[in-house]
Amino acid sequence: MTDSAPRVHIEKLEFAWPKSPRLLEIEEFDLRPGERLFLRGPSGSGKSTLLGLIAGVLTPQTGKISVCGYDMSKLNGTKRDQIRADRLGVIFQMFNLVPYLTVAQNVALPCRFSKRRAQQVAQTGSAATEVERLLSRLGLDDPSLIHRPVTALSVGQQQRVAAARALIGGPEIVIADEPTSALDADSRDRFISLLTEEASRSGASLLFVSHDSALSSHFDRAIDLNDLNRAHHNKAAA
Amino acid sequence: MGASIFGLAWRSLLNRKVSATLTMLAVALSVALFLGVEKARDAARSGFENTISETELIVGARSGPINLLLYSVFRLGNATAEISWQAYEDIRDRDGVEWAVPISLGDSHRGFRVMGTTKAYFDRYKYSGGQDLEFSEGVEFDDLFDAVIGSQVARTLNYDIGQRLILTHGIGAGGIADHDNRPFRVVGILRPTGTPVDRTIHVSLEAITAIHVGWESGARNPMADSLTEDTIRTFNLTPRTVTAVFVGLERIDTVFRTMRAINTNRDEPLLAIMPGPTLFDLWTVMGNAERILIAISAFVVAVGLVSILTSLLTSLNERRREMSILRAVGARPRHILILMMLEAAALGFIGAALGALLVQLIFAIFAPILSANYGIALTGTGLGQIDLMTIGSVTGVAILLGLGPALVALRRSLADGLTVRV
Repeated sequence: MTDSAPRVHIEKLEFAWPKSPRLLEIEEFDLRPGERLFLRGPSGSGKSTLLGLIAGVLTPQTGKISVCGYDMSKLNGTKRDQIRADRLGVIFQMFNLVPYLTVAQNVALPCRFSKRRAQQVAQTGSAATEVERLLSRLGLDDPSLIHRPVTALSVGQQQRVAAARALIGGPEIVIADEPTSALDADSRDRFISLLTEEASRSGASLLFVSHDSALSSHFDRAIDLNDLNRAHHNKAAA
Repeated sequence: MGASIFGLAWRSLLNRKVSATLTMLAVALSVALFLGVEKARDAARSGFENTISETELIVGARSGPINLLLYSVFRLGNATAEISWQAYEDIRDRDGVEWAVPISLGDSHRGFRVMGTTKAYFDRYKYSGGQDLEFSEGVEFDDLFDAVIGSQVARTLNYDIGQRLILTHGIGAGGIADHDNRPFRVVGILRPTGTPVDRTIHVSLEAITAIHVGWESGARNPMADSLTEDTIRTFNLTPRTVTAVFVGLERIDTVFRTMRAINTNRDEPLLAIMPGPTLFDLWTVMGNAERILIAISAFVVAVGLVSILTSLLTSLNERRREMSILRAVGARPRHILILMMLEAAALGFIGAALGALLVQLIFAIFAPILSANYGIALTGTGLGQIDLMTIGSVTGVAILLGLGPALVALRRSLADGLTVRV
């Protein structure tokens, strides 16, 4: 894999849930290195399924999907899990955090499952300082907050903790699935600018998915899933 | 990696402190019941088998070994026949016999059996691996109408040294067949032994003969009242018969030969038994009740284990989100399995270990009380192999039971993909 090769590359991909009509049919899709991509799509459009495919928890019926040069459709589950652990950071819409871990433990969680990311963190210093650095980058610089239980945080704070977790250990790709839908307008804009900034700083490609096209101005490029997905065109017509 | 999953499992359990504690408590109580029953049973058995020791043979009239053991040692039931004084003397004088102590049973006092014997009994009767009878108060009987009472007799009837007591002919509650013309006096009280000695009133063999002067027909002859104690003392009070004889041998290896010789004696139908093996046989007879007890307590342990299963299954719904997050940050299916099974293992192990400690605590509190009041020494109740085996098995079964919820959690986390369900 060279630096200019796409981090995610999809070709002639088709996917359907069992006993359901085809949900996704994508001719071609690329997520380039360091790119901040906005993917717009209403709920039910197959966004989450597409993210599941990229993350390697789902596999397409036909076509090719490669992540960081690995052909996911040819790898077994364990290997795909390994790639997700090593190279992907994920931020969900809400309830991102493991309730019984502290803020710091939640942020450091990916390092428990990925040696690669743990080593990456170790190169920059200790895990604790890296956690602290990421949190303060994301505007959570209150030191008392780090060891607080996550249930004591506001939704906006929780999402920023989730962003720090997605970024720790320098994964190549950060996937954010409607991460701002539970935030008010002010925190939403602040969250997006912090996230895009930090993603750029670490060199991660950011795939940001939302139904709200007003957010697309924060990104390098914007795609509508309805344009990308030909299966959806067919269904819409029906 | 393993250590970090262990950390996750532990924190997850701590997060559900209340339900985890209750589950562990259920396991602990069930294991405590099981181990308690098991240990109490063992202690009861060894206590039982220690009722008499260092007596090589017991000789009585020919009946059954268990019957002889029951009436001679446990004072239960009655001898169907007695043996002659001559037979006792023959046994005593046999080659290889170190000592022989005759006993005579048949009378009672307020429900407690009276046993006539010789002073040698207090030296020769041993229990619990060679322990001697000891006096808590007073001394051995000396006068014809002296009595030595067991600890339970003293406690139940609230008797002290100097107490006068009237024996009853036979095993009745007292009344029509009292030996009320020949009162006895308590001169000694024995320490608790945890054996039937505690429930026995000991008098001399001569005293048994003496109180039955005038009773030769089986009921009281009115003439008997006219005989004064002083007159009786002048009689030859050597009994004509005794109920049984406890025998000690000079050399233990002659026990089978001596036993066979007595059992094949032609002069009189005698039966000699070895107390140890006969006690064992008797315990085996009672073994069924014991097995039922074990089965019940094993079922209770099963209930405790099912509570682990219940706890894990009910936690699955609230943890669906947690599993999705773990999968998203890179947890593999085996991590999810290990996480759930570690939690099951922790619940089982900590619960079982608490149960074992609880049993130790209970025995530590009650053993001194039992020992002081009833002379029952609880032996082999310390932490031992049975505890380790129980803790190990409970943990093992818990892990196996944890596999079920673990597979459910795994299947769900795979089906959910990256979508976090609330």
